[in-house]
Amino acid sequence: MEFRHHHILDISALTPEDISYILETAANLKEILTRPIPKVPTLRGKLVAHLFFEPSTRTRLSFERAAKILSADVFNFTARMSSVEKGETLLDTVLNLKAMGVDLFVIRHSMAGAPHFIAQVAGTRVINAGDGFHAHPTQALLDLLTVKEKKGTLAGLKVAIIGDIRHSRVAHSGICGFKKMGAEVYVSGPATMLPSARETLGAKVCYRLEEALQGADVVMALRVQKERHGKDLFPSLREYARQFGINAERLALAKPDCLLMHPGPVNWGVELHPELENDPRSVILEQVTNGVAVRMALLVLLLGGTA
Amino acid sequence: MKILLKGGLVIDPSQGLEAALDLLIEEGRIKALGKDLPGEGARILSCHGLIVAPGFIDMHVHFREPGEEWKETIATGSLAAVAGGFTAVACMPNTRPPNDNAEVTRYILKKAKEANLCHVYPVACITKGQKGESLTEFGDLKEAGAVAVSDDGRPVPEAALMRLALEYAKNFDLPVISHAEDLSLARGGHVNEGLASAKLGLRGIPVEGEAIAIFREIMLAELTRTPVHIAHVSSKLGVELIRWAKEKGLPVTAETAPHYFTLTEEATLGYHTNAKVNPPLRSEADRQAVEEAIAEGVIDVIATDHAPHSPLEKFCEFERAAFGLVGLETALPLGLNLVRRGVISLSRLVELFSCAPARILKVPGGTLKEGARADVTVFDREATWLVSEETLHSKSKNSPFLGWEMRGQAVYTIVAGRLVYQRGKA
Ligand SMILES: [Zn+2]
Repeated sequence: MEFRHHHILDISALTPEDISYILETAANLKEILTRPIPKVPTLRGKLVAHLFFEPSTRTRLSFERAAKILSADVFNFTARMSSVEKGETLLDTVLNLKAMGVDLFVIRHSMAGAPHFIAQVAGTRVINAGDGFHAHPTQALLDLLTVKEKKGTLAGLKVAIIGDIRHSRVAHSGICGFKKMGAEVYVSGPATMLPSARETLGAKVCYRLEEALQGADVVMALRVQKERHGKDLFPSLREYARQFGINAERLALAKPDCLLMHPGPVNWGVELHPELENDPRSVILEQVTNGVAVRMALLVLLLGGTA
Repeated sequence: MKILLKGGLVIDPSQGLEAALDLLIEEGRIKALGKDLPGEGARILSCHGLIVAPGFIDMHVHFREPGEEWKETIATGSLAAVAGGFTAVACMPNTRPPNDNAEVTRYILKKAKEANLCHVYPVACITKGQKGESLTEFGDLKEAGAVAVSDDGRPVPEAALMRLALEYAKNFDLPVISHAEDLSLARGGHVNEGLASAKLGLRGIPVEGEAIAIFREIMLAELTRTPVHIAHVSSKLGVELIRWAKEKGLPVTAETAPHYFTLTEEATLGYHTNAKVNPPLRSEADRQAVEEAIAEGVIDVIATDHAPHSPLEKFCEFERAAFGLVGLETALPLGLNLVRRGVISLSRLVELFSCAPARILKVPGGTLKEGARADVTVFDREATWLVSEETLHSKSKNSPFLGWEMRGQAVYTIVAGRLVYQRGKA
């Protein structure tokens, strides 16, 4: 199969065949991570720039690890929005870095659509590492890879995503990805954080948490943030933990062999009860490893090296 | 100077007229309307196959001067207006500084006089600095030449203050124009709440915010018995409320813009910043409701909300991009699409573009009666042209219609008896 995409901006632009191909490529490349010296020359001479306009250590390190294993050169550009506000526009930054020979931009930005804008103007490859509330395609792909590995399939699974769905790019891309691969997605959490009446994302909205968890194959809790645009979306973290936090009792509603997932970093004691920290159903650290594999796959597919 | 418009189809709803007639203009006024008028000493403009209408008035434009001259000036905006077939515009007060005192009003009029193309009617602020705190000097502003008041760009935040504005406007017979938006619901939003906000991952602006604000203005029109004009209606709910107010006999009028009956929120998908506008482009059901409201007369006026922005404000991240689009030069062909789709008649279109805004703003125009000031728009219903950065006269090119083929074009624009624009000669 030929991979015809120049950018990875959004899961919605990928077909189920594209996704399967990415997951296969990632699964193959994952072997490299287990070698004593995990380094291959695939992308030697390529320059990857990580533009992070929003603090995110984990995603950035994951991309950096992936690029370095493939022997690409790496630029790390971390900017607080405030320093960018001082005059240098996103466009300036990108064009300057491009002039230094960047082949691919990995971009994390607080504004939805910023990576799309770069893709339009830069003339290089672009990977969206998370834009505003909009999309986080690499997270969705690593989640799909994790579930696929553990369950053997994605079709027909019941996936429950719990937490702030409305303001979560992880949820937006996750719902889209799981649905494309034939899973059913249920979402629950405080109703102030669920998709609004008019913004159906294709997930079934449950106002009772139990409904979403009942018989689930996958339970994914999202990191919560109490305040959005200066307004509290739920009364207290205490109430959140009591009403919407996942604990052993609630997890027991799901299938016995369910997978417990979280995009990290976890607020233990809020969205997940500390009693689940070493639970065998948790695949949270596998998600981290698979993140590196998926990002390696995307770099290879976009930069045309041979896998 | 005499001008004879020969052989056009004259459409003047103010006289219930739709006939092939000649129109003679002399000393800035309509001298005569009739068959085979003699043309001695007159400049003769052939209008065969063309429509001759009372001059179009765009009661909602942003000309950016003073303060943001890199986007548009009164001169470039006036040129875009006459190229679009408009003989008059009302410019909104959200300039820098805002038009909240007579000095700014006079400055705008001075610049308009220098540009010397179309009539420019300043709309003054309702509140000082558009801060929503205290009323501007309506009397002084009117004496300086303001024709209406509005805080457009922002709503008047409190009902009590809007009530005072409506009451005080009565002393000066100043129309009050409302930018109807509930800011607490709209704040932080970039596109319509629904398909667009869900697909783009952006905060949405719900139609209910517009409806709540329109309902407030209707209640205040009832309370004060003062006319209120609702700017840029974009939603089905908004239309329904205005229909209800009119059925109750309340003095409420309304306008919409061509983009609300032409486009939907789909135009924003892909983060197209030229389709970012406030109120946002809505759903197909909203678009249809706006179209029906135009046909029924619930919406009185088509205004463009011409809002120029340079690439500095538009060629950037969607969330950072400014709201607004240029509309003066695409309004006529988009309006003609309504006629072609069978929604309205040609004479109703002329009413929407000319008679109704003249009546609401209480300015001259909207008629070709003998003795009236000779503001005349002559257009070709069929001429096709391509919207491009080159064909637009406005200083800014932020049109969501770039690349569209338009059908319908102004051929002669005559302002106070003077031919200020001729197709192909700008
Ligand atoms: Zn407005």
